[in-house]
Amino acid sequence: MDFGLSEDQELLVETVRNFLAEKVPITRVRELRDAANTGDRAIWQALGELGVSGILIPEQDGGSGLNLLDAALVSQAIGHAATPTPFLTSSIMVPIAFRPLATSQTDTWLRRIASGEICFGLAITEIFSVREEAGITFDGSTLSGKAMMAIDASQADFILLAIGQDRLAVIRRDVSGLEVNRLVTIDATRDTSELLLENVEPEAIFENAGEAISALLDAGRIGLAADTLGACEAMIEQSVAYAGERKQFDRVIGSFQAVKHMCAELVAELEPARSLLWYAAHCFDTVPKESPLMACHTLAHISEIAREIASVSTQVHGGIGWTDEQNLHFWFKRIGNARHLLGGPESLRNRAAEIQGLAIAS
Amino acid sequence: MDLEYGERYEAFRREVRTFLDEHKQDAPPAGLSGGARKQLIRWLGLQIEHGVWARTIPQEYGGYGAEPDLLETVIMDEEFNRAGLQRGMNAQGPSMLVPTLLEHGTEEQKQRWVGPTMRGEVIWCQGYSEPGSGSDLASLQTSAHEDGDDFVINGQKIWTSTADKADMIFVLVRTEPDAKKHVGISYVLLPMNTPGIEIQPLRTMSGDLGDNSFNQVFFTDVRTPQTNIVGKRGEGWKIANTTLKHERNTLNSNAEGTLLRLIKLMKQETVNGVPAIASPVYRDRLMRLQGRVLAMKYHGMRILTSSLKRESAGVAGLIVKLQNCQLHFDISALAIDVMGELGVLYDHTKYERDEAYWQTHSIFSLGLIIGGGTAQIQKNIIAERGLGLPREPKPATR
Ligand SMILES: Cc1cc2nc3c(=O)[nH]c(=O)nc-3n(C[C@H](O)[C@H](O)[C@H](O)COP(=O)(O)OP(=O)(O)OC[C@H]3O[C@@H](n4cnc5c(N)ncnc54)[C@H](O)[C@@H]3O)c2cc1C
Repeated sequence: MDFGLSEDQELLVETVRNFLAEKVPITRVRELRDAANTGDRAIWQALGELGVSGILIPEQDGGSGLNLLDAALVSQAIGHAATPTPFLTSSIMVPIAFRPLATSQTDTWLRRIASGEICFGLAITEIFSVREEAGITFDGSTLSGKAMMAIDASQADFILLAIGQDRLAVIRRDVSGLEVNRLVTIDATRDTSELLLENVEPEAIFENAGEAISALLDAGRIGLAADTLGACEAMIEQSVAYAGERKQFDRVIGSFQAVKHMCAELVAELEPARSLLWYAAHCFDTVPKESPLMACHTLAHISEIAREIASVSTQVHGGIGWTDEQNLHFWFKRIGNARHLLGGPESLRNRAAEIQGLAIAS
Repeated sequence: MDLEYGERYEAFRREVRTFLDEHKQDAPPAGLSGGARKQLIRWLGLQIEHGVWARTIPQEYGGYGAEPDLLETVIMDEEFNRAGLQRGMNAQGPSMLVPTLLEHGTEEQKQRWVGPTMRGEVIWCQGYSEPGSGSDLASLQTSAHEDGDDFVINGQKIWTSTADKADMIFVLVRTEPDAKKHVGISYVLLPMNTPGIEIQPLRTMSGDLGDNSFNQVFFTDVRTPQTNIVGKRGEGWKIANTTLKHERNTLNSNAEGTLLRLIKLMKQETVNGVPAIASPVYRDRLMRLQGRVLAMKYHGMRILTSSLKRESAGVAGLIVKLQNCQLHFDISALAIDVMGELGVLYDHTKYERDEAYWQTHSIFSLGLIIGGGTAQIQKNIIAERGLGLPREPKPATR
């Protein structure tokens, strides 16, 4: 029995963390926020050069052929740095979706993703949440309709979108008949938009894609949970550091039991969540039967503790935590945005009950 | 137990309601900028005339001059809430400074400041916190040296809400550098345009430089007559605590109106064609919040009764800020969840709900959990003053 990360995985985490700390420090994130830029290509290309954008892509397609646990660790490092980059969509969800759908066309896209040349956006919200009468229809040759809260779509080269519950399509970002409207959220570090389609010609249509959709949701939920977990780690690290520095009443505030307990409670929530995440990612790779349940629970649980961690970390900082200048809010808002991006906690838990046959009507 | 306010008060309630029905459209938009300010002054004047604002402030100080009557105050608050109207004024002047002046000010100070403040002609900000002195406010370092009949003030304040829009500041300064920290402080009133005062806006976490803005206020050789002190020299801590008491009262605002707004949202917002209110899970969360709101509402009546009898509510009073601020935060959390992936929309973007009220309210509530004495400090107060537990021992000096 050996439940933990390998040396290679530890090294991977360290490499990505160091890389992001150097290439995309929070000062750079701030510059991008000020420029309303959620799709800086330089970051994406650099991730390609580092070799992580193809982490899940088979070696013969130019990737590293690693597992979801490895990808989740990268996602966690990205959340930790609050980096605006389409890793979750292009490096996790799209490659996973293409696994059961592989064609020479998808192989080519994957190769170009792995090198950092192209990236994908994703429009799948309507699979689990329909608002504003959104939905895409396919008339046999073209696509029409509306997709809400597409992720990373506005600056992508291609977009993978869901049509109903068991069809997927790929469209070009610059195809005619497609309108992409940025939707501004509290979170400046993740690109969101609505897509309006009118007789759009797809690059590819995938029928009977239920299995691919299910896998991309599981992997996406685990990847997003990892991102949120990384954001939580960052907020806790900053809180502990601040509690050890800031003085009031002639002593460091971390010496007050009240502040100590806040910090202790945060890690008491964080650490089991880390274990949960490892297991969920491991399941996806090796016990696929359990994967949908674990993915739902992991994202729901991490979203819940993250809300508390975000609020308490801000409180540990006092007034300065409530300023823009302090940076803490970048993670606060990233956590807030992630909470419902691939299903909110309530709907995920309901799904978890359904999967186990526990959603028994009264 | 008698929960009726009585006919006299119900008649008063009808009066207030009639006023609001007739004049609702005169209420200004939120904020203090340009046109809004003019409209605000008109609106407050109208309210005073009808006795629904500055009601118990003596006429000689510009008020309506009614006898102090807590129930009337409560009724006015209830009716404004019901009409969905803010009183329309940043709280620092009318809710913090004015009661403090009425309690501790000189005749001249009351004459000069109470009326214009209540009418919205003078906007105040509160200069307490400093970079090194937040929870430990009494350690503040901004100094005031005596120079003839004047004080000369040097130092820095921070987190000063709406300082950039204020005409005046009530500020705590150290006048007796050699005295112990609690007895060396004085409470001074200063025009914001006094030479040597510099204001630097600080963006809040919501990106706001608007109505809830933060600021740093710097003082460099700021000269002011000694007569601008409220109370006696060195008694500023006592006076400041009067203001803080009033501040915490204003932060106690009842969450009933916010809950009503949430219920409305839950009826409107649909996901997969089903209104949020039809989800048993969301509905249960709503009902739990409603239970908390009701508890705090009737708790408010109990506190009110203590005040009417001029008794201290004891520990029951000390818990109110802690509970209400968290309650507001939790109500907005449910609202955000109900809107799902659209709950994060912000900044006038398409599909935004309720003008992003809930994100703003959530972040603002988090600010109120910290401001005016953090939740942790409130708990210390509850345990020490309310329950008589000993203070945390000072660490051994090394
Ligand atoms: C929205 C908002 C508006 C504000 N408006 C104003 C204003 O208009 N004017 C003004 O003067 N100030 C204002 N403030 C400042 C506010 O009063 C202070 O932020 C607050 O008192 C906390 O001080 P601090 O920020 O220095 O935090 P610190 O005191 O440094 O606190 C940091 C952390 O340490 C904890 N802590 C500190 N001491 C203890 C202790 N003894 N026991 C246990 N825990 C402790 C705190 O609870 C907190 O978690 C505002 C603040 C906010 C958030």
